[in-house]
This record gives sequence, C-alpha cells and structure tokens, in this order.
Amino acid sequence: MSEITLFLIRFAYLAILWIFVLSAISVIRSDMFGARVPADVGHVERRAPRGQRAKAGRRRGAPTHVLVVDGGNAGERADLDRAPLLIGRGSDAAIRLDDDYVSTRHARIAASGEQWFVEDLGSTNGTYVGAVRITQPTTITLGTQVRIGKTILELKK
Amino acid sequence: MSQNGSLMGFVHRRRRGAELFLLILSLFVGIGGYAAVGFGVQEKVPPDIIGYGGWLAALILGTHIIVRITAPYADPVLLPVVSALNGLGLAVIHRLDLARDKDFAAQQLMWMTIGVLLFAGTLLVLRDHRVLQRFTYTSGFVAIVLLLLPMLPVLGQDINGARIWIRIGPLGFQPGEVAKVLLVLAFAGYLVLHRDALALAGRRLLFLDLPRGRDLGPILAMWLVSLGVLVFQKDLGSSLLFFGLFLVLLYVATERPGWLVVGGSLFLAGAFLGYTLFGHVRQRFSIWLDPMSHYGEGTDDRGRQIVESMFGMGWGGLIGRGFGNGEPWRISYAESDFIFAVIGEELGLTGAMAVIVCYGLIVERGLRTALVCRDGFGKLVATGLACVFALQVFVVIGGVTKLIPLTGLTTPFLSYGGSSLVANWVIIALLLRISDQARRPVPDFSGDPELPDNAAEVTQVVKLEKS
Repeated sequence: MSEITLFLIRFAYLAILWIFVLSAISVIRSDMFGARVPADVGHVERRAPRGQRAKAGRRRGAPTHVLVVDGGNAGERADLDRAPLLIGRGSDAAIRLDDDYVSTRHARIAASGEQWFVEDLGSTNGTYVGAVRITQPTTITLGTQVRIGKTILELKK
Repeated sequence: MSQNGSLMGFVHRRRRGAELFLLILSLFVGIGGYAAVGFGVQEKVPPDIIGYGGWLAALILGTHIIVRITAPYADPVLLPVVSALNGLGLAVIHRLDLARDKDFAAQQLMWMTIGVLLFAGTLLVLRDHRVLQRFTYTSGFVAIVLLLLPMLPVLGQDINGARIWIRIGPLGFQPGEVAKVLLVLAFAGYLVLHRDALALAGRRLLFLDLPRGRDLGPILAMWLVSLGVLVFQKDLGSSLLFFGLFLVLLYVATERPGWLVVGGSLFLAGAFLGYTLFGHVRQRFSIWLDPMSHYGEGTDDRGRQIVESMFGMGWGGLIGRGFGNGEPWRISYAESDFIFAVIGEELGLTGAMAVIVCYGLIVERGLRTALVCRDGFGKLVATGLACVFALQVFVVIGGVTKLIPLTGLTTPFLSYGGSSLVANWVIIALLLRISDQARRPVPDFSGDPELPDNAAEVTQVVKLEKS
C-alpha cells in the first residue's frame, strides 16, 4: 500500500479520535447549560414580579414567611416571596443568625411547585428537621421545626 | 445563587439520544482502530472485521439498552468514553498480537463481554446505591480477605516478582482489582457515619487542625494494610492506590487539611521505610533516576522496558508512526503495563493526549456526579471511584513516561487483563447508578398537600422540646 494512503489513514484515525473527544465535551457543555427548567406553575409564578404574584392569590393555608421561633434571633422573619432563602451567619443570608454554631452559608429554603424544601449547604453542624439530621433536600410544611445550630425556624402562614 | 443553579431549580435531561450518538462515534474509534491496524500491518482490511465489529457493536448497543431501561437519567458521557477507550485498547492489543503472533485481543474481547454482562447485572440488581451502605463492614472484610488470598500457599502465584495473582484451575485472577471497588464502598460507608467525630474533635497546632489521637486508628490501620501489600506482595502500585484513595476520601468527608498532612507524612515515612528495607523499591528508584545506566550490554538491563518505552514515544513524535509502522514489540509487557507507550509511539502525542483527555472526562463526570448527588454516601462513593481512576491513571501513565518511579498497575480499559477490565466495568455501572439517582428529579416527599393543617398537627407530635 502506498505511503500516502497510510499517511491519510493515520490522519483520519487521529481525526476520528479527536472528533469523538470534542463531541463528548460538547455534550457535557450542553448538559451544563442546557438543563430544562420544569414548566411548573410555582416557578413561573416566582419569576413574575412580586406585586403580580401577591395579586395572583395564594392557596389558603400556604406558608408566607419563615419565622425564627427560638434562639438568639427569635422573632426575626423573612418573606418566602424572595425564595430561595439563604440562612447562615454570612451577610448575604436572608435570615442572618448570630449563633456560633451556624455556618456562614448554612442552609437554604426553596420551593418546588407547591412544596417547600430545606437543604443543608454543607454546614459544619448540620441541619435538623425534627430530630433527624438531613442529608438531602427535605420537605417542610407549616410548623415543621428546622433546627440550625441553637436556632429553630418554622414556616408560618 | 441563582435559581437555575440550585439543586431543585432544574431537572436534568435524560440525554439518552446524545449518549447513543456518542456511542456510535466511539464504535468508529474502536472498529476504525481495528481496521487501521489491519491496513497498517497487513495492508488489507482484516478479514474478521465484520465478526469483530459486529460483536463490539452488539456489546456496546447492549449496554446502551440496559442503561436506557435501568438508569434513564444516568450521565450520558461516561459510557461512550469507556467504550471508546476499550475499543482503542482492543485495537492496540490486536496490533501487538499481529506483531508477536499471540491471541490476546480475542481473550480481551471475551473479558470485555464478561465485563459488560457484569455491568448489566450490576445495573439490573442494584436499583438504589444506598443499599450498599448496609454492607460497609462486609465489603471491608471481603476486601481484606481478597487482598490476603494471593498470600495463601496453593492459590497464590508469584508472577514477575509480585504476588498478586490467584489461580483456580485454568483461570488466573487479580483479587486486588475487585478489592479496590469494595474498599471504596467500605471507606465511604465508614466515613459517612464517623465523619463528624473525625472532623470536629482535635486540637489546633500552629495553623493546622490536627485530628485526635484516637481517631487516628483507621488511618493507621489503612497505612499498615498498604504497607503490608507493599511488603508481602511487592505491589507498589496497589499500595499507593489504596492509601491515596483512603486519604482523599478522608479529606473529602471531613474537609480537614490536617488529615492530608498526617497522611502525607505517613506516606513519606512508608516510602522511606520501603526504600531502606526493600531491594526492589530501591531498584525501581534507581531505574527511575537513571534508566540509561540500566540499559544495554554490561548492565543488569532492568531499565530496558522504560527506556524502550521512551524511545518509542520519542520516535512517535507529534502524530505518531501510524498503526503498524512502529516497533512496539521491543517493549516487554507492551500489552498490559506499557500500552500507553504503544499509543504514544503509533498515535503520537496527539493520540496520547486524546486518551488522557478521555480519562479526565471520566474523572470529571465522576466528581460531577458526586457534586449533584443528594446523599452523603453516594457522594463519597462517587468521589472514591473517580479518585481510583485518577490515581490509577496518574500512577501508570506517570510511570510509563518516567514522571514518577514505575509501579505495576493496569491502565483502566486499555490494558490487557481480565480482572482489571471486569472490575472497571463494574465501577462504571456503580457510577452510572449513582448519577441516575442524582440526576433524577426530586421525588415527591410530602404527604397530602391538600391538608396543611393536618400536617402541622402531625409534626407537633414529634416536635422536639428545646434541649
């Protein structure tokens, strides 16, 4: 077989190898940026300006704010309209807790559809729903006690 | 953090179509490589290309169908990358077979078939990776037993100075390859329970949080096991792999750099001990520092392998000699430990870089899975498995390119070797299972959303009094 054919085969094979690698990378890229936001009423609502959302009318009994029921900051609250809410000692937190056992970015409260979830953000001391330390986003309802450090939070109407 | 970036903000797409597309491309890499070998060596399309290609395609499409059925949300890139590497490995082994009149490629294809069957079995049987957490201590125990098996007088076998093989009848097997998967499960299960004690207790020395003395137990035990592997089995690579794996998982679980310092110094101590006590470690070192003084007439000629490998890679240059135009048979064990050198010689730097990028993609997808995963055990297992790949590839390719002293480990998916191939396919099945769980949309946890007041009452019952 002629030298030139072998040369072409060699190049073609390297090209195939890299075409494969680059396609794999482009799939990863589209996986990163192309995720689909579920066409879910809750999300569409939250994207709307706050005034409109208030007018849209909430279901009876849906929670409206998070209240600190126990701990150093008892009585502080944050509206769920601004969800997702960050909870921690940091200055960017929606509820800022002066509690030595709370991490800077400790937990987050966010909604999926009608439900509210609390999610631990890799805090040092953990987030407890009831008596259980949570390892994944956990549903909370009205009155569920979420313990963060020495502080207890609840969803309120 | 924006809503889109949050865990609950978006649903991962299934991407099975993208996976199929990449798998077909990966078949071009595998079968194209086989054809290119035929052209280069025998100047014709290999006569069995239909049978070989059909078999490979059937295996790969089989894995795709299994994933579609059992893990529809699994990562779309992992499987194609593995299939491309495996196909490329088969082609290179076939190329060496043609040069040396052996029949390793057919055996490797058989092992790949077994690997794919186990891959399918793992995905079919294991529907939730969290089940594995129950077998923490069992898998740890089995791993230790497997590591000890080659030491038994009848079963164990000394091959090339390392006692890492067992032989039952005609079948040879390296139990260490299975042990590494089990060790990941054992470490992850142990650390997910004990990480608080390991992370929080301790005293501060200078700027480092050093762990408590009694928490050092597991890491010391692991250090002794790795040293034992080094001493009794003379297997440098595996001991490095096990210890490094444990250290990385410990660090990931506790987020305490103190462990890295403790582990790093233990590693250095172990390496120094190995260097002073064992002739073969010293020899590896001296070959690494000056391979040329171990090459050619009048020397012990123990550096021949690494020197030939570097000659090969140097001769390969940027785009390689092309399949069939190199002389890879000059390297001993070219089909197993030194397969990367053959790729460097015949496909050049361009091909070698593509292979390294492929490994990088596997590791990246593993770590990405760990990030997205919702439970601590899954996170640690995914990190551990990705880390096994990263360490193993670093140790092997580093050894072949003389970046670090040579240690015997297989190049995942490329090297000839049944135990390693089968174990790595199972690792990929585990990673796909975890990523399927992680990328699945959040399931509906709550009870009846129509009765919020009722739900409130229920929670009142279990409400904790402030302690």
